[in-house]
Amino acid sequence: MARRYDSRTTIFSPEGRLYQIEYAMEAISHAGTVLGVLAKDGVVLAAEKKVTGKLLDLSGVKEGGYGGSGEKIFLLNSNVIGGVAGLTADANSLVNYARSAAQRHLLAYNEDMPVELLAQKLCDLKQGYTQFGGLRPFGVSILYAGHDPHYQFQLYHSDPSGNYSGWKATCIGANNGTAQSLLKQEYKDDIVVKDAIGLVLRTMSKTMDSTTLSSEKLEFAVLTLDEETKTPKAKVYRPSEIDALLQSEGLIKKDEDAEMRST
Amino acid sequence: METSFALIGKGYVIVAADTTSARSIVKMKNDEDKIKTVSPHLLMAYSGEPGDTVQFAEYIERNLRLYQIRNIYPLRPSAAASWIRRSLAESLRSRNPYSVNLLVGGYDTSSHEPKLYWIDYLGTVSEVPFAAHGYGAYFGLSLLDRYHDPEAPLEEGLATLKRCIEEVSKRLVVSPEKYKVKVVDKDGVREVEL
Repeated sequence: MARRYDSRTTIFSPEGRLYQIEYAMEAISHAGTVLGVLAKDGVVLAAEKKVTGKLLDLSGVKEGGYGGSGEKIFLLNSNVIGGVAGLTADANSLVNYARSAAQRHLLAYNEDMPVELLAQKLCDLKQGYTQFGGLRPFGVSILYAGHDPHYQFQLYHSDPSGNYSGWKATCIGANNGTAQSLLKQEYKDDIVVKDAIGLVLRTMSKTMDSTTLSSEKLEFAVLTLDEETKTPKAKVYRPSEIDALLQSEGLIKKDEDAEMRST
Repeated sequence: METSFALIGKGYVIVAADTTSARSIVKMKNDEDKIKTVSPHLLMAYSGEPGDTVQFAEYIERNLRLYQIRNIYPLRPSAAASWIRRSLAESLRSRNPYSVNLLVGGYDTSSHEPKLYWIDYLGTVSEVPFAAHGYGAYFGLSLLDRYHDPEAPLEEGLATLKRCIEEVSKRLVVSPEKYKVKVVDKDGVREVEL
């Protein structure tokens, strides 16, 4: 019987549910994990990449762009980094929308768009797709890591229904329950970026399917304040930088050849 | 003739404007309030073409209010000034542009700084420590150059303003007789007597 209410987003089921929204959320809970932690002096984002493989051409990722491989972590504005979980194509379209919205705000008010406003703007769009004209909702959850003068560093999460909420640390995508309970245990209110990076990477290594972390499966970004100008500084890591970071945190897999030689 | 002054001090902005409403050579009224409180920590003094001023000021006031209702927090003074400038610049390029000059003074509650913007009908905006519009500017600005102190307490700021107003009354042929003076600081907006 549920089928009658399955195929349309705009119609409630007799139990008062919107199935398509729930399915969209379900789709996200199978997507690559995205994890965010809010620290006193910054915000840290990490994401698990799903599209990998030996034959995938990643030469563009290593040199061009602003860092990141363009799958999970995006620079939405100079003061906001977005981490997306769900359908990549839907996410690309939302990222595009967010960037336009942020630039429109900059044009009108000559200031960086406040983070909550940007989250709200995207949620307005997402909500619209749960209500109008037989369209499919966006199968995307987004984490927004940002800074603005109103509330300083912030971390928001938005889901396909158009709800959003602010977090100190949260996780979306596969295994988000495990990650959240880990974060709940380990999070301290006065955590600094340096420790947050460690926390994010450790949690990530525990929740990801693969046992070893490397730049091949990981995207990573940090938003801090520039010490001189006091303006937000978004850094999306390049593969080589991720590997260096994992190395310094002692989380990278041991060099197998070296291990073999020693035995 | 129409005159308005504004200056920044330690944690506050003073905005003053004359209260005469004139048509041609006739004074119609001498208790007109030409300083609008456009948001809890933002003042805007307007002068220029009589009908335009009120119309434009109300348009700005309502739009800033709408922004605040929609978005939880009000626009910061710098953002508000940029938006007002853009509105004027767009109006200038339309068929019937507003001819309005503004002084926008506010207290930024997130950076805890007083801010002042001088805006003219051509859509020029500049952030300044003190400002003036109208004929009074010719007399007041030199005094402000000499006596303005951005770290001065309110009493000193008001004394500097008084100097300007007195100079205008003394030297200007068609000087206004009364001024309305408003102050904006961390506690919001209030009117003060000189």
